[in-house]
Amino acid sequence: MSVKKISKDQPDTFEFNAQNIELANKMISNYPKGKQQSAVMALLYLAQRQNNNWIPLTAMKYIAKFLEMPYIKVYEVASFYSMYNLSPVGKFFYQVCTTTPCMLRGAYKLVDVCKNKISKNENEISKDGNCSWMEVECLGACISAPMVQINDHYYEDLDEKKLEKIIGQTTEGKIPEPGSYTGRTNSEPENNRKTLLGIKNA
Amino acid sequence: MLEDKNRIFQNLYNDLGADVVSSKKRGDWVDTKQIISKGRDWIINEIKSSELRGRGGAGFPTGLKWSFAPKEVGSRPHYLVINADESEPGTCKDRDILRFEPHKLIEGCLIAAYSVNAHVCYIYIRGEYFNEGQKLQNAINDAYSKNLIGKNASGSGWDFDIFIHYGAGAYICGEETALLESLEGKKGQPRLKPPFPALIGLYGCPTIINNVETIAVVPTILRRGAKWFASIGKPKNTGTKIFCISGNVNKPCNVEEEMGIPLKELIENHAGGVIGGWDNLKAVIPGGSSMPMLPKDVCESINMDFDSLVEQKSGLGTAGIVVINKDQDIIKCMARIARFYKHESCGQCTPCREGSGWMWRMLERMTKGEASREEVDMLMDVTKQIEGHTICAFGEGSSWPVQGLLRHFKKEIIKRNNFNPLVNKNNKIPYLVDQHLLEKDNV
Repeated sequence: MSVKKISKDQPDTFEFNAQNIELANKMISNYPKGKQQSAVMALLYLAQRQNNNWIPLTAMKYIAKFLEMPYIKVYEVASFYSMYNLSPVGKFFYQVCTTTPCMLRGAYKLVDVCKNKISKNENEISKDGNCSWMEVECLGACISAPMVQINDHYYEDLDEKKLEKIIGQTTEGKIPEPGSYTGRTNSEPENNRKTLLGIKNA
Repeated sequence: MLEDKNRIFQNLYNDLGADVVSSKKRGDWVDTKQIISKGRDWIINEIKSSELRGRGGAGFPTGLKWSFAPKEVGSRPHYLVINADESEPGTCKDRDILRFEPHKLIEGCLIAAYSVNAHVCYIYIRGEYFNEGQKLQNAINDAYSKNLIGKNASGSGWDFDIFIHYGAGAYICGEETALLESLEGKKGQPRLKPPFPALIGLYGCPTIINNVETIAVVPTILRRGAKWFASIGKPKNTGTKIFCISGNVNKPCNVEEEMGIPLKELIENHAGGVIGGWDNLKAVIPGGSSMPMLPKDVCESINMDFDSLVEQKSGLGTAGIVVINKDQDIIKCMARIARFYKHESCGQCTPCREGSGWMWRMLERMTKGEASREEVDMLMDVTKQIEGHTICAFGEGSSWPVQGLLRHFKKEIIKRNNFNPLVNKNNKIPYLVDQHLLEKDNV
């Protein structure tokens, strides 16, 4: 289980905007009648996206009313799952995977880069207010290790210099190009492909 | 090496495009109606005789699992749930299927749902795979607009809907009952079994849960025949499998190969060899982080299939191969895996919640050489306290790899942590883990 800090600065109110109300109702319609509680995870995502990538307590109360379920059940879900941020994060939220397959390929060097270039501590917003970072567990891109997730995108096959360049771009407010940074095609063995060559060359 | 014509995932590297038109060119959706018209029993028998085993880790026979669903739909509807919560360290095969072969998965969902009498399918994708989920959603939308799924899907007379449900970064939700809890909008804490989900699953209704790769290979098996599939690999370990080779290799990659391929061939031929040469190999984790590691001498000759690996007290798991070479500190690697399990334990059962933290802390100290000789045996004891004493298989998943380390590299650990317990007079106290701290207090 992950430790989560609830932010001390909480907004007074939270409401979905019109677009999110529509999306929320669509999410609820994905599940059978009377099982609207299933949509709680999707609604928490909507709240997180609407509120600069973190979920205030008022949003949980709002969602609880929206889904006619107890507030504590929403709180339980929001605090159980690691992808819900309960405190503010940077506009560019770096998640560095450091589980063994990434560690073997130098993920902790990337952590050092984040410490130097973004902020000394995890979950601390950088001075310019644009970025924050944290160590996370396996992100499921082990063959492209080491890698970093920034908001929705994966940045793969990195090293210190490449990550520094990416951080440079985000401090300027630009979204860097996601994908592999050695230029290989998806998950093929780089320059060593032995399979499906007929298709590749066709 | 498997011939290219026998590979199921022709678009594994996205040379051809993942859209519905190019998927149809590869043979997806061509005769779905005919397949379904052959009936449930034929489909389930065909899958049974193909000896397809689940690709999610446990290797349970898929046809058998489907046959557990009630034959007649009673008052409760049936559900099909696809487990795309891929978070086992070392594994990233489902991601490529979601990105590049979504139509194989969707077609498989339709056929599987028909076989188990389900009209609704939920695909549970891990939240981090947001972009992959969007790609799958686009593919689902395309399939709807071409009436491949939806009302009277593909002209089969079967109504079928697919919905995507995003997880939110909990490894435990890959466990099937935790996944169902999560789908119901609760914390992902596993349920007691029995009752098994095939009878009482999602919303208390009969539910069949399968891994992405298992379902994605089903249409091809039915098209090319169970005999074809069973002719690849070995008896009881048939067919092809996507292997993910990561860690200290020159060219980490995903590759589809036949079951039972020698591990050495996978590493040397496909992944460009171990960094520093084969002699620099230290150990290999053969099936995702929860499978015990194999030392180099076993790696020389081991075949990658369920049964061969079980003989070596390991397992195929998800076929996520993590190669560790001699430049790495093997104890540190294991300590990091233990930290992963400590982080991901759902906290429901005490042995796992507390034990995973114990294992992590002990291994961290062993990495630094701060543990006493006796603690090495104590670590083994802790793993035995967890194994078999938890609701789900997470307990085994977290303790087996530590046992694997102790089995093969005990000498190395003792060499680094070779001093007598500081508090000799207290060393009879069982499970007093922090003996060295006790000494400091006394001083």
